[in-house]
Amino acid sequence: MSDWYEVCGLNDIPLRGSRIVKTERGCVALFRTADNDVFALDDKCPHKQGPLSQGIVHDRSVTCPLHGWVFSLETGEAQGADTGKVRTMPVRVVDGSVHIQLEKTFA
Amino acid sequence: MAKQKLVVIGNGMAPGKVLETLLEEAPGRYEIIIFNAESRVNYNRIMLSPVLTGETEFEEIIIHGDGWYIENNITLYKGHKVVEIDTSGKTVTSEHGVVEGYDKLVIATGSYPFIIPVPGHKLAGVLTFRDLDDVHAMMLAAKAGGRAVVIGGGLLGLEAAAGLQMQGMEVTVLHLMPTLMERQLDESAGYLLEKALTDRGITVITKANTKEILGDTKVEGVRLDDGTIIDADIVIMAVGIRPNMHLAQEFGIKCERGILVDDNMQTSDPNVFSVGECIQFENYTYGLVAPLYDQAKVLGRRLSGLEGDPFKHSETATKLKVTGVNLFSAGDFASGDDRHEIVLRDAAQGVYKRLVLKDDKIIGVVLYGETADGPWFYQMLKEGKDISEMRDHLIFGAAYAGGGGPDPLALVAGMPDEAEICGCNGINKGTIVTAITKDGLTTLDEVRTCTRASASCGSCTGLVEQLLALTLGDEFDANAVKSMCGCTDLGHQDVRRMILAKNLKSIPELLQALEWKTSCGCAKCRPALNYYMVCAWPDEYEDDGFSRFINERVHANIQKDGTYSVVPRMWGGMTTPNELRAIADVADKFKIPAVKMTGGQRVDLLGVKKEDLTAVWADLNAAGMVSGHAYAKGLRTVKTCVGTDWCRVATQDSTGLGIKLEKFLWGAWAPHKLKLAVSGCPRNCSESTCKDIGIICIDSGYEIHFGGAAGMHIQGTQVLCTVATEDEVMEHVGALTQMYREQADYLDRIYKWADKVGYDYIRSVIVEDADARREYYDKFAFSQKFMQDDPWKERVEGKEAHHFGAPLVPKKIEEMV
Ligand code: SRM
Ligand SMILES: Cc1cc2nc3c(=O)[nH]c(=O)nc-3n(C[C@H](O)[C@H](O)[C@H](O)COP(=O)(O)OP(=O)(O)OC[C@H]3O[C@@H](n4cnc5c(N)ncnc54)[C@H](O)[C@@H]3O)c2cc1C
Ligand code: SF4
Ligand code: FES
Repeated sequence: MSDWYEVCGLNDIPLRGSRIVKTERGCVALFRTADNDVFALDDKCPHKQGPLSQGIVHDRSVTCPLHGWVFSLETGEAQGADTGKVRTMPVRVVDGSVHIQLEKTFA
Repeated sequence: MAKQKLVVIGNGMAPGKVLETLLEEAPGRYEIIIFNAESRVNYNRIMLSPVLTGETEFEEIIIHGDGWYIENNITLYKGHKVVEIDTSGKTVTSEHGVVEGYDKLVIATGSYPFIIPVPGHKLAGVLTFRDLDDVHAMMLAAKAGGRAVVIGGGLLGLEAAAGLQMQGMEVTVLHLMPTLMERQLDESAGYLLEKALTDRGITVITKANTKEILGDTKVEGVRLDDGTIIDADIVIMAVGIRPNMHLAQEFGIKCERGILVDDNMQTSDPNVFSVGECIQFENYTYGLVAPLYDQAKVLGRRLSGLEGDPFKHSETATKLKVTGVNLFSAGDFASGDDRHEIVLRDAAQGVYKRLVLKDDKIIGVVLYGETADGPWFYQMLKEGKDISEMRDHLIFGAAYAGGGGPDPLALVAGMPDEAEICGCNGINKGTIVTAITKDGLTTLDEVRTCTRASASCGSCTGLVEQLLALTLGDEFDANAVKSMCGCTDLGHQDVRRMILAKNLKSIPELLQALEWKTSCGCAKCRPALNYYMVCAWPDEYEDDGFSRFINERVHANIQKDGTYSVVPRMWGGMTTPNELRAIADVADKFKIPAVKMTGGQRVDLLGVKKEDLTAVWADLNAAGMVSGHAYAKGLRTVKTCVGTDWCRVATQDSTGLGIKLEKFLWGAWAPHKLKLAVSGCPRNCSESTCKDIGIICIDSGYEIHFGGAAGMHIQGTQVLCTVATEDEVMEHVGALTQMYREQADYLDRIYKWADKVGYDYIRSVIVEDADARREYYDKFAFSQKFMQDDPWKERVEGKEAHHFGAPLVPKKIEEMV
């Protein structure tokens, strides 16, 4: 069961940058790619809990700042030889404002 | 069920492989604890030879770095020799008193070099060739030039001899037998080898029986039993190795010449296993890696609880890792009535090939000069293949095996999938080809990373390249420049050139003009490109924070828990009560959990929350402090000593000069971090001789040093030049820094760059060409005009606020049912 939440305006997230959203079950990282798509993932690397929001965004991936694992923003899947998955959340942009879907118990 | 405890004694190549197998087959089955007498991680011992010649560096031969132990939750006690095993209580004890209990114990203590007990064998300067410390000792001795005597003309002795000779020593090899490497080579090949070594200036004396090592306190020479005396500053003993079984023997584990094991690597105690050079299996002991890796795989599977083939003794092939000398040998090559041989000689080319056959099967191979067919012959030897069909052209190798003309790829094409390509890592052709096709590998480096093939001694590099050529066809280009990353085929230097030639002034423009394969680069190329732009266009380029690693983006170092560290500058390591008071106040006010002195003569505040960063900086700024760039690929610190202000032997004002240099250089971005030091006299208390740039003050002026390293790689600096005044120091250091900034690949420290372009070349520009020096200096001074704004102050004032956005709070807008 999940609800939609408004979090910020599209322009509040820098291009190829990120913001974090505080929820009861930990931080969610919001990323905005160079081509203006927005993605939401747990802000927690499956490797050693690195804050993915602080990584470098490139194409539709982010590189974790702690040890350089790369994750797909679309699937949350680790790329290359590493294995692991970050939880992703649905996102929509309505009239320039960013909405994410969080499980009821989650917000 | 509680995890079982696995304790390993020794961290050499054999147990490394056991653990790899175990972690792959049964991760998490054991709590793993390793004791190693050497105080370092697992490395490829084979490659110590090219480390000695200077062809590779220690960091490149590490098999498992510290990260690997952390990731796999393995406890590694470095520098802990185990001195006691209690097989009834199931514990081991290290010399430092650490006691660990075990359920299963693996003894992998390797072997030790045998030292002939002739008079003088304990003199200083008598060395062996076994671990990195030995290599360092030899390199240190070689620095002073002089003469080396190597006792033993086997594989190790000859590799040591070649290395010392390349390091500039005059080398004599003493060998007891009439020909070199007589256990691996027949007389003809041994003779060719001797000639090759003599040609490169190494003196070889065969039938040489060492009687005595001469010298009072340290080595001065060697006397042979025929009275000959050879002068020497060091003596390397390389006469053989012995299984290191004493620990096991002392505590009741059955040993003969080595620790006795069965074909499952189990010793006389059912909970104790052993692998590597310390063991004896049937009547065999071992001295090469390939069979140890077989043992390791058997044990790895056994510990994983899997069934598998038991260990079987087999013949091992030998190669000598001396650049320019190609030899390959395997099997038994003694002559005999029941044996036939095929020999090919090409005197002009220095080629000699000999196959020993028995019952139409190859039982021995010796190749000298041209060794590409070695693995092909070796495979047939191991398989016991009947060669009667191809006997006529067999000696010409695989290229001719099909009859008809030569085909350079026939050798690898004709190999079965099981044929072993990389003996060091036990990797066969099938595994490599599958990796190439399945993972889309196109370069040698990629194959090395993915499969480890040719990543150890490297002698199968040619075969791996042929496999790439065979599998990829025309797509494979062996001479391709090493590209920056997967986003481009261009190398760092190509890109740097094009930025200037094509006047490229932004990253998007560059990606388009140089046909990047990805839409906006990756985490490898973007930071490099951003730096190249900053360096090329200091006045025009607008820095792209999103192309910077987080530390440089937010001007603080990220820590393991996502907090940050803050290191304010303390110019030349000097501080004041006021600064210290401000630091103490900030630490109290923001509840900063740790305050530490760094290795760079300043203070680190650790555990600062990201949202507090700007406020912390504001307070530090208010006390007059600025960013110390402890996070930057750029100037870090200039360490100093107290100098003429206080020290009774100082020759110049080292503290003042250090501060002056730091004030001049701070803020400059560089290919990698840049550390300086100034010492007031040659006693060198600020460690100038291991810095990127170091100054040693002397009576007559200043000795400028460069190219030191004291991190993963350790090397002393070289002297750039000696100058008389502080102004000249500033000019030379500014110019050198700018030359490095403009020329080095991103992430090369000065020493790496200097290794590539040559120390002499740098001297010829900076020291001998006054115009060039002045030009570099001016360019540096110009660039600094745009770099010396305190990044903390700017951010306190709101610059790049988008990197510091506060956490967002979600607002519910729609209930789902
Ligand atoms: C804080 C400090 C350790 C300390 O508590 O003393 C430190 C901390 C780190 N060092 Fe260091 N190094 C520190 C002095 C050194 C020194 C000693 C020195 O500078 O005299 C060395 C050896 C000298 C040298 O650089 O050659 C040193 C060699 C390294 C290396 C290996 C560099 C190499 O080329 O081999 C790394 C890894 C790298 O840079 O890739 C490294 C990387 C790091 C990193 C950045 C690791 C990381 O990637 O996060 C650490 C950041 C911690 C932080 O947030 O502050 N640190 N590090 C020292 C800060 C000095 C300062 O005031 O700025
Ligand atoms: C310079 C050189 C070149 C070589 N070249 C080749 C080559 O080209 N091809 C090839 O196949 N082989 C080569 N070898 C041989 C190869 O390196 C060895 O066969 C292999 O490293 C042996 O592995 P191991 O794990 O048995 O022992 P080691 O690698 O010797 O490891 C044993 C470890 O155990 C530690 N140890 C010993 N006692 C204790 C104790 N009581 N407590 C804790 N730790 C202890 C030691 O410090 C050591 O680190 C070369 C060796 C050298 C030295
Ligand atoms: S501070 Fe330096 S030496 Fe210490 S753990 Fe970090 S990188 Fe390693
Ligand atoms: S925590 Fe993300 S890569 Fe290690």
